[in-house]
Amino acid sequence: MALFKYAAPASFYPLAGMLVPWFATIAFLLCVIGLYLGLFVAPEDFQQGEVYRIIFIHVPTAWMAMFIYLVMAGYAILSLVYQTKLSAMMIEALAPTGAMFTALALLTGALWGKPTWGTYWAWDARMTSTLILLFLYVGYIALMNAIEDKKRADKAGALLVLVGSVNVPIIYFSVKWWNTLHQGASISVSGGSKMASIMLWSMLIMALACWAYAIAVALCRVRAIILEREKNAAWVDNIKQAKDG
Amino acid sequence: MNKSVNKSVNEGVNESANVNLDANATAAPLTLRAESLTLIRGERTLFEDLSFQINAGEALILRGVNGVGKTSLLRVLAGFTIADGGQVTFYNKKQVPLGAIERALTRYVSHANQLKDGLSAEENLHEALLLDAIASTHQSRLDALNKVGLLAQRSIVAKKLSQGQKRRVGIASLILCRKPIWLLDEPTNALDDAGATLLLKAVDQHLTDGGIAIVATHLSLALAQTSRTRELLMHEITLKTRH
Amino acid sequence: MSHAGVKPKFETTPLDTPEHGLLVAAARDLKLAMRSRGELMQALVFFIIVASLFPLAIGPETAILKRVAPGVIWVCALLAVLLTLPRIFHQDYEDGTLEQLALSRYPLTIICAGKMIAHWLTTGLPLALLSAVIGMQFGLSPVELGVMALSLLIGTPILTMLGAIGAALTLGVRGGAILMALLVLPLYIPVLIFGTGAIEANMAGLDATPNLYLSAAIFLCGLVLSPFAVAAAVKISLD
Repeated sequence: MALFKYAAPASFYPLAGMLVPWFATIAFLLCVIGLYLGLFVAPEDFQQGEVYRIIFIHVPTAWMAMFIYLVMAGYAILSLVYQTKLSAMMIEALAPTGAMFTALALLTGALWGKPTWGTYWAWDARMTSTLILLFLYVGYIALMNAIEDKKRADKAGALLVLVGSVNVPIIYFSVKWWNTLHQGASISVSGGSKMASIMLWSMLIMALACWAYAIAVALCRVRAIILEREKNAAWVDNIKQAKDG
Repeated sequence: MNKSVNKSVNEGVNESANVNLDANATAAPLTLRAESLTLIRGERTLFEDLSFQINAGEALILRGVNGVGKTSLLRVLAGFTIADGGQVTFYNKKQVPLGAIERALTRYVSHANQLKDGLSAEENLHEALLLDAIASTHQSRLDALNKVGLLAQRSIVAKKLSQGQKRRVGIASLILCRKPIWLLDEPTNALDDAGATLLLKAVDQHLTDGGIAIVATHLSLALAQTSRTRELLMHEITLKTRH
Repeated sequence: MSHAGVKPKFETTPLDTPEHGLLVAAARDLKLAMRSRGELMQALVFFIIVASLFPLAIGPETAILKRVAPGVIWVCALLAVLLTLPRIFHQDYEDGTLEQLALSRYPLTIICAGKMIAHWLTTGLPLALLSAVIGMQFGLSPVELGVMALSLLIGTPILTMLGAIGAALTLGVRGGAILMALLVLPLYIPVLIFGTGAIEANMAGLDATPNLYLSAAIFLCGLVLSPFAVAAAVKISLD
C-alpha cells in the first residue's frame, strides 16, 4: 500500500527521474544485442534474402504500437474509476510514443513491401489495422490538444481511449474479414512460426528493447507533464530554486 | 374558480404512487451540506475547504465580483463539476443521504436562457416539465405565464421573445417545477424591476414551502434582508460567511 | 395526503418509469427536429448530391458504377450522418438545456438513448430508404437495392451511437466538428466493411447474411453499451 504514495505527482516525479536512466540503459543494451543478432547472426531467409531483416524492427514496433494502446486503456480505466491525475498524465505521456511506434511500423512495413511485392502499400490486414490504430492515436492527441481545461481533457481522453480499445478487436477482426474477402496480400516471413529460433529471439529482444525505451521516454515525458500541470505548487518552486541557486 | 386552480396545480401528483422512491425521500424538508469543498481551475484555486449547511426554508446568497467562482460553486452543488476536494450531500428529514435522486430534485438556472428557440413559451414550459416526469395541464401553464405577465405571448416562439421575456419564461418554469433545491446563477440578469420582483416573490414562496435556494449574484437582492437567508462572500481564495 | 398547510409539492409521479423517459426524450428531439425540417432535408440532399458526384467523376460506365456502388453509397451515407451528428447535443449545450437534461427525473443514460433514437429516425432511416433510390442511379438490381437498404438500416444506428459519443466528447471544443469526425471515422470502419461486404456478397451471388449478422452483432453491443458511454461523455463535457 506504500505504493499508493507514488500516485501523487509530487512523489512520482523524483521516482520517475531515478528510473529513466536505468530503462534507457537497458533499452540501449537490448537494442544493440537484438540488432546484432538480427542483422549479423540470423541466417538469410529462404525466399526473401537479406531484405527480410527489416522485420526485426517492423514486428517489435507493431507489437509495441498495440501494447502501448492497451496500457493506455488500462490507465484510462484507473483514471476514470479512481480519479487519479497521474493515471491520466501517463496516458498523455504514452500517446506520442505509441503513435511513433505505429508510424515506424507502417514505415518499415512499406519499406519491406517494396522489394518483396513491388509495392509500398499492399493493404495487408495487419498493416491496415495498424494504420487505423495510428488514426486512434492521432485522434486522442488531437482531442487532448483541443480541450483547454485539463481536468475535462483528462476525462475525455480517457473515455476516448476506452471506447477506442473496445473497438480495436472489432476493427482488427473486420479488417481481416475484409482482407480475406478481397484476397489481399499477407506479409509474413516464410515458415511463419516455424522460423529459426534465432530470428524469434532477436525479435523478442528487440521488442523488449522497444518496451524499455517506451518506459524511459514515457517517464521522461510524464515528468515534463507533471511540471507543467503543477507549476504553481510549492514543491515545483523548490526545484526551480535548486536549479537556479 | 379556486377549486379548479388547486386541482390543476396538483395535477400529476399521484398521492398513492411512489414509484421508485421511499415516500419520505423526496418530501421536504431537505438539508444541503457542503464539506471542505475545494476547487482548482487551471492555475487558480477558486475556493478551498469551504463548508456550509443549508436547511429547508433557508437561502444562501453567494456574493462576489464576476469571475470569483460563484458559478463554479453552483455547478459543484448541481453535480456538474466534481470538486477537487470535499463533498456535497443532500439529506432528507430523516438525515438519510439522498444519493442519486438529488439530481432530480435540483433546478439549476444558468446564464443561458435554457429555452428551446423553436418552441413557443408554453411549449417550452410543457417540455421542461415533461423532463421532470410532470404532465402539466394547459391551465397550469397558462396560470404560470399569467403570473409572470406573459399570457399574451404564450404562443410566440421563444426566438421572437425579448431577452427579458425569455427570462420571465424561466421564472414561470421555476414556479411550475416541483423541485425543492434551486440553484440560481445571476437570476436577475436581463430582468427589469418588475421581473426581478416577480423572481424574488417566487423564491420567497419557495422558501416558505420548505425549499432551499442558493443564489449567486453580484448585485444586492431584496431577499438578503430576511432572517432566512445567509450570505457567503466569495473573495479570491479566502472566504467569509456571515449570518 | 394533503392536509391543510402541508404542501405535497415534491412527490413522485407515475410517469417516472425509464420507458416513459425514453419516450419523452425521443419525442422532444423529434418535435424539435420537425420544427427545423430544413436542416433535416439538408443532410439528405447532401447525400444525394455527393452520391451523384461519383458518376460524374468516374464516368457513366455501368459496369464500373455497379462495382463501386456499395462503397460509394455507404461512404456518402456515412458522411451525411457525420454532418448531422452535432445536432444531437450542440443546440442543447448552447442554450443551456443540456443542464436541464442532466438534472431530469430520468437518468441521463435514458435521455441519451432517447436522443439517439430520435437522431436515427431523422437521419439513418431516411438515408437507408433513400439509398435504394440512389442505388438505381448506379445500376443495381432490385434485390441488390434491398440488401443495400437493409445493410444501411442495420448499420446507420451504429453510426448514430458511435457518433453520439464523439459529439458529446467535443461539445464546446474549438474545431469541434472536424475533430469529431477525426475521432469517429476510425470507429466507423468495421460498420463500413460489413455494410459494404453484405452488398458485395449479394452482388457476387453469395450469401449476404454473414455480413448482416456481424453488423447486427455490433448494433446489439452498441445498443447496450453506447447510452452509458454517451452519458459519461456528456457529464465530462458539463464539467
